[in-house]
Amino acid sequence: MSAKESDYIIKRNKNNYEVVIGLEVHAQVLSNSKLFSTSATKFGAEPNTQVSLVDAAFPGMLPVINELCIKQAVKTGIGLKAKINKRSIFDRKNYFYADLPQGYQISQYKDPIVGEGSVVLDLPTGEKTIGIERLHLEQDAGKSIHDIDPQNTLVDLNRSGVALMEIVSKPDLRSPEEVNAYIKKLRSIMRYLGTCDGNMQEGSLRADVNVSVRKKGEKEFGTRCEIKNVNSIKFMQMAIEYEANRQVDVIEEGGSIDQETRLFDTKKNETRSMRSKEDAHDYRYFPDPDLLPLEIKDDFINDIKKSIPELPDEKKKRFIEKFDLSAYDANILVSDIETSKYFEEVIKNSDVKLSTNWITGELFALLNDKNLEISKSPISAKNLSKLINLIKDGTISGKIAKSVFEIMVTDDKNPVDIVKEKNLKQQSDPKELEKLIDKVVNENPDKVKEYKSGKEKLFGFFVGQAMKASGGKANPQLINDILKNKLK
Amino acid sequence: MTDVLNLTLVELVEKIKKKDLSSKEITKAYVERSEKSKKLNTYITEDFKNALKKADNFDNSPDFDKKLPGIPIAVKDLFCTKNLRTTAGSKILENFVPTYESTVTNNIWNEGAILLGKLNCDEFAMGSSNETSFFGNVQSPIGEKLVPGGSSGGSASALAAKLTPTTIGTDTGGSIRQPASFTGTVGLKPTYGSCSRYGIVAFASSLDQAGPMTRDVKDCALLFGVISSYDNKDSTSINFKRKNYLKELSKSMKGKKIGIPKEYRLKDMPKEIEKLWQKGIAIAKDSGAEIVDVSLPNTNYALPTYYIVAPAEASSNLARYDGVKYGFRANGKNLIDMYEKTRSEGFGNEVKRRIMIGTYVLSSGYYDAYYLKAQKVRRLIKNDFDEVYKKVDAILTPSTPSSAFKIGEKTDDPVSMYLNDIFTVPINLAGLPAISIPAGHDEKGYPLGLQIIGKAFDEQNILNIAYSLEQEIKFKNKMNDWWM
Repeated sequence: MSAKESDYIIKRNKNNYEVVIGLEVHAQVLSNSKLFSTSATKFGAEPNTQVSLVDAAFPGMLPVINELCIKQAVKTGIGLKAKINKRSIFDRKNYFYADLPQGYQISQYKDPIVGEGSVVLDLPTGEKTIGIERLHLEQDAGKSIHDIDPQNTLVDLNRSGVALMEIVSKPDLRSPEEVNAYIKKLRSIMRYLGTCDGNMQEGSLRADVNVSVRKKGEKEFGTRCEIKNVNSIKFMQMAIEYEANRQVDVIEEGGSIDQETRLFDTKKNETRSMRSKEDAHDYRYFPDPDLLPLEIKDDFINDIKKSIPELPDEKKKRFIEKFDLSAYDANILVSDIETSKYFEEVIKNSDVKLSTNWITGELFALLNDKNLEISKSPISAKNLSKLINLIKDGTISGKIAKSVFEIMVTDDKNPVDIVKEKNLKQQSDPKELEKLIDKVVNENPDKVKEYKSGKEKLFGFFVGQAMKASGGKANPQLINDILKNKLK
Repeated sequence: MTDVLNLTLVELVEKIKKKDLSSKEITKAYVERSEKSKKLNTYITEDFKNALKKADNFDNSPDFDKKLPGIPIAVKDLFCTKNLRTTAGSKILENFVPTYESTVTNNIWNEGAILLGKLNCDEFAMGSSNETSFFGNVQSPIGEKLVPGGSSGGSASALAAKLTPTTIGTDTGGSIRQPASFTGTVGLKPTYGSCSRYGIVAFASSLDQAGPMTRDVKDCALLFGVISSYDNKDSTSINFKRKNYLKELSKSMKGKKIGIPKEYRLKDMPKEIEKLWQKGIAIAKDSGAEIVDVSLPNTNYALPTYYIVAPAEASSNLARYDGVKYGFRANGKNLIDMYEKTRSEGFGNEVKRRIMIGTYVLSSGYYDAYYLKAQKVRRLIKNDFDEVYKKVDAILTPSTPSSAFKIGEKTDDPVSMYLNDIFTVPINLAGLPAISIPAGHDEKGYPLGLQIIGKAFDEQNILNIAYSLEQEIKFKNKMNDWWM
């Protein structure tokens, strides 16, 4: 299972505890219409404007499966290197709630559409494979809103019936860091596949987190608690930290863990009991008689297989082999499909090493600073490529390039034009530079004396003066060479 | 006017096409008789004014290419009808007005028919005597204080009393065939998947089928041809080539192999039922059929299996009636309290009984012993039929183990009520088509029916057999318009 053991250990009174984590990720299927109806799924629409008679469970309304959602689930299954089940069954999960119009959720219980698979994580300690237990399709519920009307709960059914993929991991995760890497990798794969936009702010990706602890070396798992519906990686990590420590404290005090469902309070940074095992719902699962068992043919699966793009793992391998990138850089560049697209666009016409440095350095800093996705980058891949070429062919120095980059941010202007307009072209004429340096040397006879008597640190002073005199445009390499000669 | 009322559907269509009768004349005749028949309590919602208007419209610009040109029809109140209240016989939907039309009724209107109103039925189609309706019990035109059967009791009563020329019902365990048998009318439960379930208030999804209820077999062939269609809004609808059942209707008993299942000969079955059965067998034989003794060994388990599967599905199907979105709501202190009060007050006792049974058989710890086992037995029952159909073309049985009973006679004894469906339930479990035709009377003069069960999608065959029997039996209802 794990190539390298996690060093995430909770220590108490000489006891070392290992944390065991499994995730049930709910990923919203990228689809314009719902799982069993033709209503739209757009995020942020006015409440109850994307609700059909089926979604609101009117009498006599029947579910009809959306074929695209089946394709998306199979596609995701293939991306997770998982077994695709040619026969799967939709079941009803029965419970009452105001935002569940049918009084049951259509889900897959015993026979999911996707079986066992795996996801490879790139951790600082190396690669680690996390097992996938299953992936199944299910309907989302609506939303109960308790804080608008003081007297009543309001219900928005826009989400009701939206297709979700529940992706269940094996209990292979051992630290908050691994959970971070797992969610990011899962999201990356689904974005490559175009099966889920992975947008956690909009609720497209949420997870139930199962946490247990055991003394290091023990074979049996401890009793687990499930933390429901956590909607950001940061909160997942905080919840795990809190919950694992809570469980260790209970055990250290001689107690035992009750299997229960807990909620994470993001304000207080703590988990709280929601219901115990005894209070667990009896969902009375049974096959939905409105839907026949879902049977898919080999051709259907093969057609989808043909449409699978190069996925991050393969892309990373290619980048390393073809472009001689470090594993670290390759990882960063493939983790997000848009980043990899940007990178490949830039290196079409530019030096790979320089491109890598500029993307992972200046560009990422800029995006981070402005809190932007790379797809919204103020500097296009085309123009960044031109900038890099200006550096590579010696037209401008790296330092000047940074100021050109700053200018590009405001209007994504062609860097060639910027250099021309602002007259930033590097001075590389040795005769001109020699004149300039002569002037600097003549104006500072004392410093020359000091330098020649052994104060070699002063070399930098001369370089600085020369650069200043050139307005920063002098070719720094040439300045160095000529100065060294003059000061001999 | 009485002439109009005595015409069959097929005859009415002919008269309209020949312009011997107008839609208005026919509609008016049925509206007037319906107005005088309130004592039967067949209608939950009347739509007479609109019907007369629509009849006028039809006569002003008639389309005689339609299969049901200008024919007024009242339907069971389980079919959702656009802009006309649809209650399913329940308080919980007392004021529910759909914004949509069921596919089956839509098919009927598309062929030129006119809606007369919505007919009474057992609440959510759960009952065998139409006594569970929130809108009161229905009386049979056959006799005062006599049940018309159920759940399509209002449909059967209205049809037999000539308050509608023809009608449609739904059949989950016998809800078309048993009331047809009790009222001396014809009722067909089609193969599962023949008629779309879209827009029909669901009782038990894997068993529910809509079907025609008519005065004779010809009418049945005509109406079945109209309502049966493939519908992509119902995932269990089956795409097969529908026939012109009326055109292909013929007396064809000669050489047919008719199976007589020994398990349908109950120990304490009334003699008159046995007599009726023998009469049917004799007619079939005389008409050239070969009678074959067959066995359906799991028949005994059909009723218990049905009373696990149907309530299980119903308990889930009825969860949507929670007071949140539409229908009846009782105020509560909080959400749970509102649910409890709404459903306690909104549902009647029989519905509650079945919801509780269904919830029980699906609950963890009991699922395997009840629901799962019932599903396995259901498969065995289906296999029984498959085996028998290797040897015979159709099966002939009585429709019910007794004739109609008095109102109130069985309401305190649900099991004896459930036993009414003993001959009809296995057919729903197997998803097969079956037709009930009137075949005789008991000592009291109440009608009795014979059931012909067919292979899947072999409706034409059982219609033909029924048609042959009908010609020989020459059944006539003994009715004296006691309620008028």
